[in-house]
Amino acid sequence: MDYKFTSKDEMDTLELAQNIESEKFPNMVICLNGELGTGKTVFAKGFAQALGIEETITSPTFNIVKEYDTGELPLYHMDVYRLEENKDNIGIKDYFTKGGVTIIEWADMIEDELPEERLDINFRFVDENTRILIFKPHGKIYEDVCDSVL
Amino acid sequence: MNKDIRILAIETSCDETSMAIVKNGKVVESLTIATQIKTHANFGGVVPEIASRMHTESITLVLEETLKKFSGKIEDIDAIAVTYAPGLLGSLLVGIECAKTLSLVYNKPLIAVNHTMGHIYANNIEHDIVYPTLSLVVSGGHTDLLILKSEQDMEILGSTIDDSIGEVFDKVARVLGMPYPGGPNIEREALKGKDTYQLPIPMKEENFNFSFSGLKSYVINLVHNEKQRNNEIRISDLANSFQTTAVDEVIRKVELALKKTGIKNMILAGGVSANKYLREEMQKLCEKYGVTFHVPNILYCTDNAAMIGCAAYPLYRAKKFADFTLNAKSSENIKKYIEENK
Repeated sequence: MDYKFTSKDEMDTLELAQNIESEKFPNMVICLNGELGTGKTVFAKGFAQALGIEETITSPTFNIVKEYDTGELPLYHMDVYRLEENKDNIGIKDYFTKGGVTIIEWADMIEDELPEERLDINFRFVDENTRILIFKPHGKIYEDVCDSVL
Repeated sequence: MNKDIRILAIETSCDETSMAIVKNGKVVESLTIATQIKTHANFGGVVPEIASRMHTESITLVLEETLKKFSGKIEDIDAIAVTYAPGLLGSLLVGIECAKTLSLVYNKPLIAVNHTMGHIYANNIEHDIVYPTLSLVVSGGHTDLLILKSEQDMEILGSTIDDSIGEVFDKVARVLGMPYPGGPNIEREALKGKDTYQLPIPMKEENFNFSFSGLKSYVINLVHNEKQRNNEIRISDLANSFQTTAVDEVIRKVELALKKTGIKNMILAGGVSANKYLREEMQKLCEKYGVTFHVPNILYCTDNAAMIGCAAYPLYRAKKFADFTLNAKSSENIKKYIEENK
């Protein structure tokens, strides 16, 4: 079942991410989809803050993957937009079993590489500040996350 | 007289496979840059696997070429320097393995250089950096404002809290339908247009941090709304307004820093410093405050190994050598790097 959440502004998205963080576990995978400027990196920022990561979370677009290991669990923050058709053997899959939390922006671009069990979140633009977030849990553990947070 | 120190430097953090031989952290005796931009343009960006494969293919050729242009022999080199962070892991590893191999075979010390420091030290090639100096690093991965207090001591005043300026140029270019790399294309369009779109000032707070994600979202929303209403988007004007707003914001922060610190030297570094509007505005600002302003030749603004050779020199003199456990890092807290290399 899908869950819907309306975010009135950035603060809402940050808070939601913080709530999801409270349900974290090793090897958690969260896939974020939605156009530029809908709040994917904002979500990652909120999650990272709640994890207790000291550094500022900045956009991973240029580096593809940024790793942070100062929080309660390691965080692998990815933006796979630039991979497009060329996604084989890039080592993305290795991250899913390294014991941390992986957050992937533009995850649709590497659909075949994604693990079966994961949480998909789609960000939809409504107006300047408002976004609709659709949650699609894949697997029991992610359904439980959604049940307890949403 | 002190003996001349020659460093063979390797840079493979992103698009370019580059090697250089730099004397005394200043004189570029040989430089080779093999670029992959044409290949990547087909994909709309840098593709890591392609990048690392191409580095692997070109690195030995680049080494041969670099040594051919050099009047001495590889035995005359005093140290091997390499970029180990930040960048694409697979790409960085190609350079690191090459550096370790050369270090082992020729028994030369290995020096690990942070890419951002390279951009800053590129300024040493044409002018001696005079301390203290304020430094603005603007590139695809960075927007940092630093004070260089001495060769060994720096302080970060501010950094971006979301997108780097290079990233936001690329993303806005993407939304406006321009090919990669976005920066030069925005600049070209901006020249044809006028600043007619009212865009929000990115970050009103009076601190030294930068934020470009709000400006990015605003431009994207604007494009969406105009499309929905079937209104024409004046691409050149929008490119101009965007560039003006983004650059003016950077200038505003630099002005704040010049006023607050009273520093009279300013250097610009990183790939985005190739942007003419930014160069001109920086020049004007520095004239206004009687500040000496330097920006490297465009060749040394974009990624190249000569700058890595320059940044490695103070590390060589301080005997800060790396061992063979050296590994690539996709991102690195530059603060930590500064602390460790003090």
